[in-house]
Amino acid sequence: MANIMIRKGETGDLVFYLPKKDLEEAILSLEFNSPERWGGELKLADGQSYYIEPLDAEPKLPISLRAKRM
Amino acid sequence: MTNLTREETEALIQEVVAVYPEKLKKDRLKHLAVNDQEVEQSKKCITSNRKSAPGVMTIRGCAYAGSKGVVWGPIKDMIHISHGPVGCGQYSRAGRRNYYVGTTGVNTFGTMNFTSDFQEKDIVFGGDKKLAKIMNEIEELFPLNKGITVQSECPIGLIGDDIEAVSKKANAEIGKPVVPVRCEGFRGVSQSLGHHIANDAVRDWVLGNRDNDDSFESTPYDVSIIGDYNIGGDAWSSRTLLEEMGLRVVAQWSGDGTLSEMELTPKVKLNLLHCYRSMNYISRHMEEKYGIPWVEYNFFGPTKIAESLRKIASFFDDTIKEGAERVIQHYQSEYEAVIAKYRPRLEGKRVMLYVGGLRPRHVIGAYEDLGMEVVGTGYEFAHNDDYDRTIKEMGNATLLYDDVTGHEFEEFVKRVKPDLIGSGIKEKYIFQKMGIPFRQMHSWDYSGPYHGYDGFAIFARDMDMTLNNPCWGKLKAPWKKSEDSSSEAATA
Ligand code: SF4
Repeated sequence: MANIMIRKGETGDLVFYLPKKDLEEAILSLEFNSPERWGGELKLADGQSYYIEPLDAEPKLPISLRAKRM
Repeated sequence: MTNLTREETEALIQEVVAVYPEKLKKDRLKHLAVNDQEVEQSKKCITSNRKSAPGVMTIRGCAYAGSKGVVWGPIKDMIHISHGPVGCGQYSRAGRRNYYVGTTGVNTFGTMNFTSDFQEKDIVFGGDKKLAKIMNEIEELFPLNKGITVQSECPIGLIGDDIEAVSKKANAEIGKPVVPVRCEGFRGVSQSLGHHIANDAVRDWVLGNRDNDDSFESTPYDVSIIGDYNIGGDAWSSRTLLEEMGLRVVAQWSGDGTLSEMELTPKVKLNLLHCYRSMNYISRHMEEKYGIPWVEYNFFGPTKIAESLRKIASFFDDTIKEGAERVIQHYQSEYEAVIAKYRPRLEGKRVMLYVGGLRPRHVIGAYEDLGMEVVGTGYEFAHNDDYDRTIKEMGNATLLYDDVTGHEFEEFVKRVKPDLIGSGIKEKYIFQKMGIPFRQMHSWDYSGPYHGYDGFAIFARDMDMTLNNPCWGKLKAPWKKSEDSSSEAATA
């Protein structure tokens, strides 16, 4: 498990940030991305994927979360 | 001297590391790279933020330097105690040239050195009592201070002093913020972790101080300058541009900054981040906690300034957007005159850089405005995200070196033969003696400011003054000249 932050990038897309590794990467897809359910598996532009516990509502970004590497 | 091709540069790297033992060689190769703009992610070509190898000359600083020297030190109305032996603070005192206004010793304390001057008995019996006493003395002697920070030096962590407890007690007694900072020099691999620790201390002890206080009257155009340390007046020459375009600068972090500015920063609408490396942490935090967006900008050279002003303006309404255009237009004749004067004297000259923070990538644009080319660059303490931002700024097949060693830097320079080197004071005399013009790019070689349009004029003049100085042709004694006039310069 690692602490990560998800924020909106300059173009409005989601950006993944892993402080420990200074990894800043665009998020290509998010498993659940609707107002009722948000989270799940997320795929990064560099091929890695992480998993975050789905939330019941779409959060206010940026948000710090715990993520698991898949 | 023509530029090296990709193959030649790769061969050069191999050649330079050949003298190392096998293990070190393998390790150092990861930190040296030939730039390839195709690469999206720097981690594929360069490793950074690793421990320096023992036995080589590194140019890095320590975590204490990152906190006391960089982030906290310039906050002028607080007193920063260098807690531990006297040397760490004394030898770095006032060296960074972060200018400020105020009466030193009365209401501002930037260039003074406060230390607990540890002696043997403090190491043996602990220094907490001494620290408490110092704080009372400070209150008595400098009543106009707005707060105190305790900047730990190495021994504090080693002997396990409880500076947090002392600070809490002092805070209750004197009624001003007292911030303990755990930035012992041995933490982390470079000053970079010190920046992070200092950012965290700001977050924990300062930023939330006025959370429930709405007495500050904000405007829709409030911004703060983050990560500008006012070296030679840099923040001032940036600030004027922002104000001319209609923004209100509420806080300067931390050059010429104050405690109350820091406390008011959560009330601004946009954080302008100049030095990404040292203050991205606090910007990200403010984005999450207060919903303040942040934007990176670059105020070196007219091309980048115009780009940045427009980028900043895009966060605001039309008045600011017009303001940005107005500012750019206003200075146009001025910077065009600078370019017209200096470009012919500097055109085609090649530069190698090795600095820290943001400069290895930020100043590239300013050199290009003068027709110069940066052929090698590197950071003392960057992380991968810095190199991600650098690759696109640098030309293909140029050299990238992370935490370069003395040996590598010298060998690179001998081969690449740049016309100018920009690095720190420790490198200055080596290269000057090799006959290569050199600018000290940490504190602008006692000059500056270099930010903004005003700064660009000074920057151009300084580069010209250094590069075209007649002294470079006089390095060889006249009676030696006739013998080997062919192998001049750079072969010291
Ligand atoms: S490494 Fe330790 S002893 Fe050396 S300057 Fe830094 S804090 Fe002081």
